[in-house]
Amino acid sequence: MNTLVHLAAEEPQNPLLPPIPELVVGLIAFAIVFGFLAKKLLPNINKVLDERRDKIEGGIEKAEAAQTEAQDVLEQYKAQLAEARHEAARLRQEAQEQGATLIAEMRAEGQRQREEIIAAGHAQIEADRKQAAQALRQDVGTLATTLAGKLVGESLEDHARQSRVIDRFLDELEDKAEAAGSAGAAR
Amino acid sequence: MSADPTTVLAFETDCHIFSGCGFPAPSLWSFIFEPIAGDADSSFYFNKPMLLALLSTILVVGFFWLAFGKAKVVPGKLQMIGEAGYDFVRNGIVYQTMGKKDGEKYVPFMVALFFFVWILNLWSIVPLAQFPVTSVIAYPAGLALLVYVMWVSLTFKKHGFVGFFKNVTGYDKSLGPVLPLAMFIEFFSNLLVRPFTHAVRLFANMFAGHTLLVLFTIASWYLLNGIGIAYAGVSFVMVIVMTVFELFIQAVQAYVFVMLACTYIQGALAEHH
Repeated sequence: MNTLVHLAAEEPQNPLLPPIPELVVGLIAFAIVFGFLAKKLLPNINKVLDERRDKIEGGIEKAEAAQTEAQDVLEQYKAQLAEARHEAARLRQEAQEQGATLIAEMRAEGQRQREEIIAAGHAQIEADRKQAAQALRQDVGTLATTLAGKLVGESLEDHARQSRVIDRFLDELEDKAEAAGSAGAAR
Repeated sequence: MSADPTTVLAFETDCHIFSGCGFPAPSLWSFIFEPIAGDADSSFYFNKPMLLALLSTILVVGFFWLAFGKAKVVPGKLQMIGEAGYDFVRNGIVYQTMGKKDGEKYVPFMVALFFFVWILNLWSIVPLAQFPVTSVIAYPAGLALLVYVMWVSLTFKKHGFVGFFKNVTGYDKSLGPVLPLAMFIEFFSNLLVRPFTHAVRLFANMFAGHTLLVLFTIASWYLLNGIGIAYAGVSFVMVIVMTVFELFIQAVQAYVFVMLACTYIQGALAEHH
């Protein structure tokens, strides 16, 4: 039958009245779509989407962990560096202090040695002077007695008298010299 | 009747203006097809809309099978497109209207509904098919009926018999003396009119769109004689414009149909009316 023939024929069915066979076919067609999507395909994609989200979140977590670790390492390095600087400063300070002590010690030692040397020198000079004075006194005594003996013609070899006389004489001499010295200083 | 284009066009191919042939305007007959198999008078027949509906099933299932069958964490092109469509319905429609918690359960239904309806609509501008399956009331009516049954049973399950009645009639004491009238109107609107408008909104849009396309197409052909050729050109431009417009309307109507379905289900699940 041709559609043109329909045009001349009776009115078609009310377009708002659904033909049952098409209703059924439509519902079956939809049921198939729904069945496939609900049972297989959408669970499929949901699983993958979840997996993807987990992976992205895992990646972000990993990156965060790496960043935290890097931060930690950086802080460790900084702390170590600061410690090393402190240590270096401490060592320098110590060295300076040690140096200062050393110098002070050396100086004290030097002072001490100098004083020792000077004292030794002084003692030596004193001893020499005493020796010289002793020798001189003896020589002067000998010379004087010898001279006096020659003058007197008599041996004045009597030791006991001799020494007493000479000593008395020399003491007088010394007293005079001292008196003259102090008078000179006073003047 | 087979897919012979001359019979599909539903008018004689040599009928032009100024040739004594009247304008073969589109009519309700443009929406009625001779069965491909079986007898139209019995309940066992198979016609073009049925074929297109089954083809839609194959298309939707086939597409999602190719896209999601072997879904990968790093998606291919097809999977990306599928995911975009899936995400559009899930986030853009279901989560927006029902919220993530309530909506999750109905995502597969709504996704299936959206893509099935959209493809049914899309046949309108596919060459050779050129017929929106949803312009036959049976298809949107069946789907609207499904949503309606879901809505009614969910409301019963959630609120019980009294709760169902309160929910359907929008029982609200604060309305005072107007309450009986409001309840009557709400009852009428929710329980009786709503499934009808839900189906007819989709049906009528597709019906009108197809009528316009048929009208301009027939006119383009009919006017191809003498001075009429100029008008045929205008008419043909309108065919192109209407085709593009239909492409838009098809998607919008599929979206609206699913959006309303979500709103109804959400109303059934809501604690207070």
